[in-house]
Amino acid sequence: MARLTAENTELALEIIGRYPRPKSALIPLLHLAQEQDGHVTEAAMSHIAELVGVSAAEVLGTASFYEMFKFEPVGRYMVNICTNIACQLMGGEELLEHAESTLGIRPGQTTEDGLFTLEDVECIAACTEAPCLQVNYRYFHKITNPEFDQLIVDLRSGARNDIPPHGTLAKVRQRIPADRRAGVVTPEDTAHPVWLASSQEAQS
Amino acid sequence: MSTTEVPRIITSRFDDQDGHTLARYEATGGYQALRKALGMAPAAVFDEVKAASLLGRGGAGFPAGVKWGLAPAEVWPRYLVVNGDESEPGTYKDRLLMERDPHQLIEGVLLACYAIGCGQAFLYVRGEMPFARERIAAALNDAYAAGYVGRNILGSDFSVDVVLSWGAGAYIVGEETALIESLEGNRGMPRLKPPFFPAAKGLYMQPTIVNNVETLANLPWIISNGGEAFAALGAETSRGTRMFAVSGHVKNPGVFEVEYGVTTFRDLIFSPQYGGGIRNDNAIKAFIPGGASAPWFFEEHLDLPLEKVTVDRAGSMLGSGAIVVMDETTDAVKACLRLVRFFSRESCGKCTPCREGTTWLEKILQRILDGYGRPSDLALLMDVCDNISPGVTWPPKQTTICPLGPSAVSPIASAMERFRSEFDARITQAEQTRISVPVAFPKAVTHA
Repeated sequence: MARLTAENTELALEIIGRYPRPKSALIPLLHLAQEQDGHVTEAAMSHIAELVGVSAAEVLGTASFYEMFKFEPVGRYMVNICTNIACQLMGGEELLEHAESTLGIRPGQTTEDGLFTLEDVECIAACTEAPCLQVNYRYFHKITNPEFDQLIVDLRSGARNDIPPHGTLAKVRQRIPADRRAGVVTPEDTAHPVWLASSQEAQS
Repeated sequence: MSTTEVPRIITSRFDDQDGHTLARYEATGGYQALRKALGMAPAAVFDEVKAASLLGRGGAGFPAGVKWGLAPAEVWPRYLVVNGDESEPGTYKDRLLMERDPHQLIEGVLLACYAIGCGQAFLYVRGEMPFARERIAAALNDAYAAGYVGRNILGSDFSVDVVLSWGAGAYIVGEETALIESLEGNRGMPRLKPPFFPAAKGLYMQPTIVNNVETLANLPWIISNGGEAFAALGAETSRGTRMFAVSGHVKNPGVFEVEYGVTTFRDLIFSPQYGGGIRNDNAIKAFIPGGASAPWFFEEHLDLPLEKVTVDRAGSMLGSGAIVVMDETTDAVKACLRLVRFFSRESCGKCTPCREGTTWLEKILQRILDGYGRPSDLALLMDVCDNISPGVTWPPKQTTICPLGPSAVSPIASAMERFRSEFDARITQAEQTRISVPVAFPKAVTHA
């Protein structure tokens, strides 16, 4: 619950190094902070501001625009039920209502044991598999009420250890090997792309 | 209708469990288009894409070759931004392309960078799709190691880094100038155009081409088989094939790659190989032909071909290839409210007509549904719509910077025109339809 760890700071610097302007790394870095602490803390935002070279207020300014960033602790599992049109037609709102009664909370709330936060969300691009939901952004398709209850039982008991705690998204990260790296192209690099130039020479 | 002889251009590896791996990609012709392109002049690659008449697959349907050509000559560097922020309700294709065939997308990105002369590419994936990101990260790591991406690609003087970037939950970031803002680390609010047409002034104020995932996924096939072969498929104003997600009240919801023009909405919704008809053999009430922003179509539109100009002229759009089917049991007011609520929640707040307008549209529809509708509400709804999109026409006019505001008008205009009686009934029978007295909502006052 603090600044980024040494390991994450290193990762953050690697990510910053891929962009022509450091601020472009803000969203990936905020995700890194959320992965570390489960939500985005003020200390982490201040740290990110230092790393990127903007004010902490600017970091919050960007972060607060985006739905996925949470600034207060949320449940270990974020249960996001889609109620948009394709899911609504196939019972998404009824599924949400069922989830409310199973978990005993309304959308936006967290269970007392700190395990689940419920949200009703907009379309998550699984429209042919309606009604659908995500737990920590992992998909569950064509969910019935009994299947939902079983999922909650499994998550409570720890049987679903394939779903990491809230904040962890992709577990595979991009790594650009130093010897294969083409390099960042900043707006100041106004040179003609070499492969265009050589092809023009070849033609003339 | 026969579809057997139509090639699957972008979904050819979808049935393979290992379609996402470099080994499978290479074994099925992968990166051969890149090899071929490196033996051609960049301008020749560009010409093939122009010859293909490839329409952008993100929603607006702007020809990709024309878009590329809008970058001002001799202004460097140029950037490529890949729009993988798929979030238009009903749309389900880009996520599949990223998850099941990431190398095809990467090869498309490389071909575009080579042809346009982009110094760096940014592949922006929607935040809520970590699996797609894992697949792309793994594919990029493999492609870098194999020499397909990065410095001196396949021993040539073509070098470009493809950087995987990602969002954090905001529909509006699918709009290209908002995407650029997000990629610069800002709040994802659209920029005023002109002057900020991305091709001229985009990322870091440099010429930037923003292309949709599906658009770029077509490039390897186009370069391998030639632009003419691609243009031979489909219809006059819509070449090639297109992915459509058919969802809602159909027996067999699914994502299908079909040839433009020869296939109709009726085929997609009723044919056994596609949607398979309406559930319980119910009657069809309406369908959305191109995502939540598109005006609704009805039974009389079923025989229209899937072709841009025809659908535009009929008063809607193919948009992002999202067909949502509603059967006769659908409550038009409820469906309408849900769509409007989406736009209200996703409005970025920059333009007043959209920020305030969508908020009020949602509130008014909600009270109609809750049994507190006022006789004046329907006229009020249309008045608010008119303030966002003057005249409520198609194609829509707008008092806003981007099309999100007018998009909220589409479902209201459609539902009110066709199912006005359902709205009227909700209001005249308001007291009977009230479920309970809401605590936080004041009792409706009827204005004379």
